[in-house]
Amino acid sequence: MPDTQLMERVNALSGQTIQLCYHCHKCTAGCPAAYQMEYGPDRLVRMIQLGQKERVLSSQDPWLCASCETCSTRCPNEIDIARMMDALRMLSVAEGVAAASESVKFNRLFLGIMQRTGRMHEATIMGLHKLWTGDLFSDLGAGMQMFLKGKLPILPSRIKGRDHVKRIFEAVKERDSGAKA
Amino acid sequence: MKFSYYPGCSGHATGVEYNQSTQAVFAALDVDLIELEDWNCCGASSAHMTDWLLALALPARNLAIAQEAGMDLVMPCAACFNRHKVADHAIRTDPEQRQAIEEVVEAQFTDPVPVRAPLDVVYNEVGLDRVKQRVKKPLEGLKVVPYYGCLLVRPPEATQFENPDHPTYMAELLESLGAEVKPWSYATDCCGGALSLTKTDVVAHMVGRLIERAREAGAEALVTACPLCQVNLEMRQPKGSNMPILYFTELMGLAFALSETKKWWSKHLIDPVPYLKQCGLL
Repeated sequence: MPDTQLMERVNALSGQTIQLCYHCHKCTAGCPAAYQMEYGPDRLVRMIQLGQKERVLSSQDPWLCASCETCSTRCPNEIDIARMMDALRMLSVAEGVAAASESVKFNRLFLGIMQRTGRMHEATIMGLHKLWTGDLFSDLGAGMQMFLKGKLPILPSRIKGRDHVKRIFEAVKERDSGAKA
Repeated sequence: MKFSYYPGCSGHATGVEYNQSTQAVFAALDVDLIELEDWNCCGASSAHMTDWLLALALPARNLAIAQEAGMDLVMPCAACFNRHKVADHAIRTDPEQRQAIEEVVEAQFTDPVPVRAPLDVVYNEVGLDRVKQRVKKPLEGLKVVPYYGCLLVRPPEATQFENPDHPTYMAELLESLGAEVKPWSYATDCCGGALSLTKTDVVAHMVGRLIERAREAGAEALVTACPLCQVNLEMRQPKGSNMPILYFTELMGLAFALSETKKWWSKHLIDPVPYLKQCGLL
């Protein structure tokens, strides 16, 4: 059964009008990650128009998008397809489809550190990410080299206004839950 | 000339030589960069993949601080630049989003200041004539391709960075330093930076192609304006390829004969010193 709400939800989350697409295929033609994708951006657009929710949300394609915005820049109908990809990531998380747990974990980790300190800390992110994924050794050489060159300071920096940053996170959450209700 | 300056999180870590060389080169051109008071991380890709309002609000806190300081805001990191430009664009053009941002950030954007990339400032404020006058050691024999990547140029309505399909600022700048700039068609292709830790194989493919095309064009080094591209291009190059990946600001420092340059070369994962020596520049 097609999901008649899918396109509306993607439009609302992305601020785009997906129905404007007339399938010129420019987005997929210029996409540097399309070679690894199951469908590519153009077919994802069509599947959203047709309400094929399960297929769209269980696809890895949005998680392979590098947010390079080539598609958004070239679209003759000015659809920001990179934002559509963001919306698909958000929807698949909201729907509990664990399409790409590694990327979701990475984003949670990143924003979690930021919420506490106000800044990003590369050493913590790289280290914890490797720990969580169990992939401890793949970049160990480069990581050690960066550390030895003084490019990965151990201590995170914390800003004075971190309460303000935390309030921003909370205010956004409150607005989002208000919008859903 | 005075600007507010946002080094970004990587400016103190993986992109430290970009931050240091930007500051050194701007000082040499008599441009004052004053670090933005108590700035926060822009949220980068993780924020825009998670929540759109959050992705606008985090940079907007910095925009509010910059508005208070009253000077144009310079950002060397292309990723930070992009996120702040997108937030700035929403504030300037979309009253509904602006209201939401103002409520969440607890600030009013009555007189927002422009967000600028160092390339834009060097080209449009300082001017290439003054850059040429400052050159003490022309980069003769240095064969390079300029590489902008994605985030400096796209989406063009937000970044407002010269020609999004065929930018020329960096090539013109490098030529004015005396370098031999090779024409190529991949200056704004993606390196896969945002996926560097999560989709390593895809990224290696994208980086491999860029390095191959740069060599085909006759370049021996690639010049970038983004700390994510720089790390990614160094880390994910095919084994044994060893193409130096330099920041345009480092090459400005080299051509200006600044004494600090030595500190920057030692930060690289791919040592640029052998190639620079081969060109007779060190």
